[in-house]
Amino acid sequence: MADDRPDPDQLLAQVQAEEARARRGRLRVFFGAFAGVGKTYAMLEAALAARASGTDVVVGYVEPHGRRETERMLETLESLPPQAVRYRGMVRQEFDLDAALQRRPEILLVDELAHSNPVGGEPPPRHAKRWQDIAELCDAGINVWTTLNVQHLESLNDLIAQITGIRQRETIPDHVLDEADEIELIDLPPDDLLQRLQQGKVYLSEQVGTAVERFFRKPNLMALRELALRRTADRVDAAARAQGLPGSQSRAYLARDRLLVAIGPDAQAEQLVRTGKRIADALDAEWTAVYVETPALQRLSAADRDRRIDILRLAESLGADTVTLDGPTAATALMEYARTRGATRVLVGEPKRRGWQALFWPSTATELVKRAQGFDVMVVARQGGDGAGLAKSHLELSHEVPWTRYGWAAAITAGCTGIAFLMDPTFSETNVAMIYVLGAAIAGMRLGRGPGTFTAITSVAAFDFIFVPPRFSFQVSDAQYLITFLVMLAVTLTIGNLMANVRQQNRVAGARERRTALLYAMSRELAGTRGRDNMARVAVRHIAEVFDSSAVVLTPDSHGRLKYPGGSPLESSFHGADLSVAQWVFDHGQRAGLGTDTLPAAPAVYLPLAGTQRSLGVLCVLPTNRRRILLPEQRHLLETFAGQIALAWERAALGDEAAAARIAAESESLRNTLLASISHDLRTPLAVITGAASTLAHHGSALDPGTQLSLARSIEEQAHEMSNLISNVLDLMRLESGRIELRRDTHSVEDLVGTALHRLEPRLQSHPVAIDLPEDLPSVSVDPVLVSQVLANLLDNAAKYTPAGTPIRIAAVADAPMVRVVVEDEGPGLPPGDPRLLFEKFQRGREESAVVGAGLGLAICRAIVSAHGGEITAGPGSRGGARFEFTLPVAEAVP
Amino acid sequence: MTQAMHQILVIEDEPGIRAVLRVLLEAGSYRVIEAGSAGRGEIEARTHKPDLLLVDLGLPDEDGVALIRRVRAWSPVPIVVLSARTMESQKVAALDAGADDYVTKPFSAPELLARVRAGLRRASRGGDALPALSLGWTKVDLSRRVATGPAGTIHLTPLEYRVMECLARQDGMIITTRQLLREVWGPDHVGDSGALRVCIKGLRDKLEPDPRRPQFLVTEAGIGYRLRPGGPDEA
Repeated sequence: MADDRPDPDQLLAQVQAEEARARRGRLRVFFGAFAGVGKTYAMLEAALAARASGTDVVVGYVEPHGRRETERMLETLESLPPQAVRYRGMVRQEFDLDAALQRRPEILLVDELAHSNPVGGEPPPRHAKRWQDIAELCDAGINVWTTLNVQHLESLNDLIAQITGIRQRETIPDHVLDEADEIELIDLPPDDLLQRLQQGKVYLSEQVGTAVERFFRKPNLMALRELALRRTADRVDAAARAQGLPGSQSRAYLARDRLLVAIGPDAQAEQLVRTGKRIADALDAEWTAVYVETPALQRLSAADRDRRIDILRLAESLGADTVTLDGPTAATALMEYARTRGATRVLVGEPKRRGWQALFWPSTATELVKRAQGFDVMVVARQGGDGAGLAKSHLELSHEVPWTRYGWAAAITAGCTGIAFLMDPTFSETNVAMIYVLGAAIAGMRLGRGPGTFTAITSVAAFDFIFVPPRFSFQVSDAQYLITFLVMLAVTLTIGNLMANVRQQNRVAGARERRTALLYAMSRELAGTRGRDNMARVAVRHIAEVFDSSAVVLTPDSHGRLKYPGGSPLESSFHGADLSVAQWVFDHGQRAGLGTDTLPAAPAVYLPLAGTQRSLGVLCVLPTNRRRILLPEQRHLLETFAGQIALAWERAALGDEAAAARIAAESESLRNTLLASISHDLRTPLAVITGAASTLAHHGSALDPGTQLSLARSIEEQAHEMSNLISNVLDLMRLESGRIELRRDTHSVEDLVGTALHRLEPRLQSHPVAIDLPEDLPSVSVDPVLVSQVLANLLDNAAKYTPAGTPIRIAAVADAPMVRVVVEDEGPGLPPGDPRLLFEKFQRGREESAVVGAGLGLAICRAIVSAHGGEITAGPGSRGGARFEFTLPVAEAVP
Repeated sequence: MTQAMHQILVIEDEPGIRAVLRVLLEAGSYRVIEAGSAGRGEIEARTHKPDLLLVDLGLPDEDGVALIRRVRAWSPVPIVVLSARTMESQKVAALDAGADDYVTKPFSAPELLARVRAGLRRASRGGDALPALSLGWTKVDLSRRVATGPAGTIHLTPLEYRVMECLARQDGMIITTRQLLREVWGPDHVGDSGALRVCIKGLRDKLEPDPRRPQFLVTEAGIGYRLRPGGPDEA
């Protein structure tokens, strides 16, 4: 069946991945369920074995934890000295990444993959996490061995916290383990560990305490062991599938699941993301974390909105795509997105509202379950009891409405009261109330929710006070007015809320549109800009404007070292960029600095400008307001900008390359024509010369004097042809290289013609030449040598291509500010085709012609005439032959 | 062959060309002395006192132009340059250094022999008596300053006579524009090539049978002029 065949894309991806892997160093992880199973010991043992077989093994960093055997093994291996890092007043021994990169061993041992580097220490670590150090080592082609406990895996983090009651702070993204080349599971049954603990074989440093005791309970250990084993088994399964082992095929070709994880700014979001990762792994599905920016959520405080940045980044680190949508309600936006992206499952948190509230304000989960079409909805129960309270505290209103709007609200109420007062004598109170409803609606529409509500309340009060009997008192005689009040209040509040939502949505849509417009503006300007430096300036100007920051584009010199651009800096240029960070970004093609995984403490963000084949440069952006860069959509926008710059840049570079390639191809084809033409034009006379000369040399005495003479004549003639060709080639090269400078002087055409005729005397003997020059022909300002060569070439051609005895005519007429010179013959005329082609190099009038050496003559003529500012054309002659015409500039009248 | 054969010193580093020149010149009844370098050439010139020098410009030890300048410092011997250099400025440099004429490689035998003959003729006359020129049907007696054509007496201006004298003194050999201007107009007017051209045009109109196709007063583009009393038959 066709379906059983491997997908070519998948095969290609596999091949590419293997190629990339071949260049990278291999990562081997000694993986265990918990501390004390002997990972470090196993790693060192393997290292000793490798060294025994001659491999260059170096210990980058291993924490001996005071274990005797470990220390003994460490002593026998080469170790890199640790780097002392000052951190919060203490000196910590840390792994020295640069020393390791410099040492470049075949295998490097670095313990504790999940270790966090002291960000903010001195000297500052390059990466926040050790797994990033190790990734860089692998990228540099160093094989790394390391150790890891299952509890440090990000996706299992909250599950393990649930099991053991202890939350791990040091976590690594799952892809680090997934991408490891080898995983060696170091297993130890829990009973054995507990026994070793009791015997004191496992040393647990100073952490010993109740927490640790609680951790090392048998149920916990069993659960952790199960997780570690399962994780390893999953990996073996995936490897088997990748190898196409029988039995694993069917699963690989199942329709892929696509999982959406809907997250909000509440406490459950983190749990949802982790659960999503586990489900996505189990289903082997792609997954996307979706955040919906509803009007309600936009009213959250800035700090709460920042929380979603962390959550979305957590999702990204777990391998999810992240998307921020906007819509009136989360459910609507999710439905739409799930439908367009073909999601098969949607993961949502537990409904927050219960009981009667849920009837009126259904939560996202409830609504999704009700309306789901084509996808499953999975509702995740909330862990712990802290969620609700936190969620509530997030929903505080932000007070941003200026007080002047309340003034306007009061004015509207006053205005309504005025109109109502005028209406009062003729209309009933219920109709008067309508005026107030209108006023409140307008206030809700124009002034926002708060002032709208204020208008509603003051309107009710004014209506009651002035118009409801008893007048000028808040007392209400008739209970039915209470209904009027309630309806008024409800209507105005509803309208006010609706309008506020619409406005908010408009604002979001407007902001998005503006961003698109900004991006478009930059792309358009980049497209119209030439040169790297100018493009960089355009980019910096736009980025500075859009992101309220200063920026700079660093470009590499010919040695691949980044440098600041030349030229005067812009007002918005960023001067303090850290070149070493930028260089790292350039070399590795990964972003660094603020808001990234690498050097997150840096004040600026460094983005690589990645071309399709190589890095083109680095964009450094220093935001005035960190939030502008940290928000996911802003960061994506910035990355889009960087992508656009790289694209425009690369397009320009490719354009230049294409032009260069075209020129190269042209000169290549020219060279080929040149070689063909020269070899033909040289070989023909050479053949005559060698033939005639060897005949004379070997049989000269046997030949009669007449034959001897004719042989000698042909040698002379052919040698002359060769000499002409060579000087033509040399002349043309000189002319085209622009090294000939015109020695202009005033000359009469008559003199020039005379010189040319003199040069060609022997050749023209068989052709009568008629000269037709008017008496009053002005003198021309030309280089006499070159122009007489033009004439000589034209006359030579005329003599060469016309039968002996046919006349050649030379004429000239004034055609201010030029003099037009004509050379005409009465031969067979020009060859068919575009006469302009005759002036191209190596064009010959007739194919397979026995006449030699015309390949360059006309090209030389054209070069000379255009150097004088004239032009040369060819056409049919007045008496049937060929006619060549060229113009020369008239000399300024001599005073 | 009563007259002693003329001796010609060939200073040329290419043995092949020396061999050809020897055959060619000996066929023209000249004795040939060869030198392969400028240094050797100067020694031969001093010891053998040749009647004419044929000098290649691209010599291994020294540029031919420098050699010409040195030889010209002590001897009026006619010097003909033989060179593959085709740029007019290079030819002018050699002529201004004191060479009398040039032949461009590749050369033809008649051309070379004509130059050699012209050089020897000029030397033997020693420049005292100005010859009576006969340019086709036209006769010009420079010592008496009389010119006659088929239609009777031709009137030449004093300036034209002086130009003709200069050209005639070279006797078929080239004279550069600069040399002509210096000799006729004086050293202050070497830039005034326009006046010379006008003068040459006047001479052609008066002396040439077809002024548009000059037979006797020939322009060597970019270099100067040549008077060929024998017309085109004399190369």
